[in-house]
Amino acid sequence: MFHSQLIKPMEDPLVQVKNLKTYYPIKGGLLNRRMGDVRAVNGVSLDIQAGQTFGLVGESGCGKSTFGRSILRLQNVTSGEVRIDGQDILSLDREALVKARADMQIIFQDPYGSLNPRMTVRQIIREPLDTHEVGEKVGRDAEVMRLLEICGLRKSVADRYPHEFSGGQRQRIGIARALALKPKFIVADEPVSALDVSVQSQVLNLISDLQAEFGISFLFISHDLAVVQHISHEVGVMYFGELVERASAEELYSSPKHPYTQALLEAIPQPLPGREKKKISITGDIPSHHDPPKGCPFQPRCPVAMPQCAEHKPPLKPLDTFSRHQVSCWLY
Amino acid sequence: MSESSSKPILNIRDLVVEFKTEAGVIRALDGISFEVGEGEALGIVGESGCGKSVTALSILRLIPNPPGRIAGGSIELDGIDVVSQPEDKMRKVRGSLASMIFQEPMTALNPVFTIGNQMVEVIRVHQKVSKVDAKKQAIEMLRTVNIESPEKRIDQYPHELSGGMRQRVMIAMALSCSPKLLIADEPTTALDVTVQAQVMEEISRLQREMNMGMILITHDLGVIAETCTRVVVMYCGKIIEMAETKELYENPKHPYTRGLLDSIPRIREEKLESLPIIEGMVPDLANLPKGCRFAERCPKAEDRCRENEPPLEDTESGGKVACFIPN
Repeated sequence: MFHSQLIKPMEDPLVQVKNLKTYYPIKGGLLNRRMGDVRAVNGVSLDIQAGQTFGLVGESGCGKSTFGRSILRLQNVTSGEVRIDGQDILSLDREALVKARADMQIIFQDPYGSLNPRMTVRQIIREPLDTHEVGEKVGRDAEVMRLLEICGLRKSVADRYPHEFSGGQRQRIGIARALALKPKFIVADEPVSALDVSVQSQVLNLISDLQAEFGISFLFISHDLAVVQHISHEVGVMYFGELVERASAEELYSSPKHPYTQALLEAIPQPLPGREKKKISITGDIPSHHDPPKGCPFQPRCPVAMPQCAEHKPPLKPLDTFSRHQVSCWLY
Repeated sequence: MSESSSKPILNIRDLVVEFKTEAGVIRALDGISFEVGEGEALGIVGESGCGKSVTALSILRLIPNPPGRIAGGSIELDGIDVVSQPEDKMRKVRGSLASMIFQEPMTALNPVFTIGNQMVEVIRVHQKVSKVDAKKQAIEMLRTVNIESPEKRIDQYPHELSGGMRQRVMIAMALSCSPKLLIADEPTTALDVTVQAQVMEEISRLQREMNMGMILITHDLGVIAETCTRVVVMYCGKIIEMAETKELYENPKHPYTRGLLDSIPRIREEKLESLPIIEGMVPDLANLPKGCRFAERCPKAEDRCRENEPPLEDTESGGKVACFIPN
């Protein structure tokens, strides 16, 4: 085919996830039996190229954080396949997993809860270096200093404790710790949601810069489409445990296809007083896992639902043969 | 015009609130003055620690004492002097004259009582009605905030409702005695965007219909733009700018307001090289710099800004700003 000869063949993606499922049991009744499952992640497939950021967006309870934890095996997975840098993560034994974890790190939302209050900044950042026995012991302190500098913190803060820092600085400490082992892949789970707007942008810029400099791949999880846009190459929208749309960042924001993606974009409050208010097109809440809707999970809230939507679940498929823009909706 | 056009329902003058901390006495509010007109929606915006929630708590005299206390100034709520009011009188004021919606509806509701129990209690504290009538009133109120099948919902417990629904219940409770002033402290921050839009629309509609004064406290300038007619911007316990909403967004006078507006995450048509930021961070209230509190982060700061604190002064466009070199 003419087309495919012109396009440079894509390298193997650094992260490949196939049909990942993570279920939590619902227990109850007599003898605390398993009554069913919360399908937190219900068959999600995606891949992330080396040096790129994949933005994963969705509302609370959609399974985005469970997905992020599952692919690092911080969470028991029900089924599926995860390959990071060629390694089959889900089949690694304990020892191999510990080794593999040096290449994959996580940054958490809560910069207050994710740093040990009894450790100094130096100890916090040095800990992964000691655990994985990186370099000579004597050189590790110098490495800590280098990491502090990269993350925009003064060297003089090394012997202070987390409570002495503001939220934005703590998040920088968390990032420095994640960078210590020179990972290839970082899951950033709502890293700026707990920060004030003026500090949010500082941390987002830092993450962008780090990516450009070190070529790290990111899975950037957020509830906020506006935050994700700046930082992502590709964006996926999750709803009720499934990916409902996936496209390059430019395409997702300029021509969103799924009614849910459109609603999410419309619902962002705009700092434009006097603007003609758009009619809110969706109502209600996300469905309950105790009684999941038949057909498309978004169908009970969807403004353009058709009869078939309540019957059959639409598959996630490309818009056309050459497109990387995928959507799961019967409209397309 | 920065002064409200109608008769003020709330008038705050030179309010000072202090907290005792390990680092010494800090001033969470350092002489703030503003008013809210009858039926007016006023927005207060600022980042964590700027004093916006302390302002809200002071109006209902809910500042935990100790460690906090109102150290100066006056708060006049519909002609009542809040600062000197005895506690039993204050209890009548809360809920009937002014009521409050909090950020976290799950912790603001009591988990061991049904929605109905809690609503009936509020109604019966302020009105002499029977339990049966109070329950009828409560059901009506739930219907007003667009809760489906309120007869069923009223007998449910808070954990059986979704976040958006709980916040609607909080709104119903806050409005059940038709207050003249509603204080909403980050009412939608804990909610998802699609639910946030619905709840905000509800609050806005009821505020207009009931002609209540409202103070909407938020860190989100987007939410204020769609709801409020006037905005107060706070920084480190002080008001640094005050203006009509449209004016504030189109011609922010204070460099901090400008920076806040620029750093709101928004969908852009063109991807930027890097996002606009405000350098540095909010100073520690226990260790405030001399001069303007924003000076060390301000791109325009001059020597005089680091020496003297700029007073809040009238602007040509009818607002107020505390800056020596306003935009």
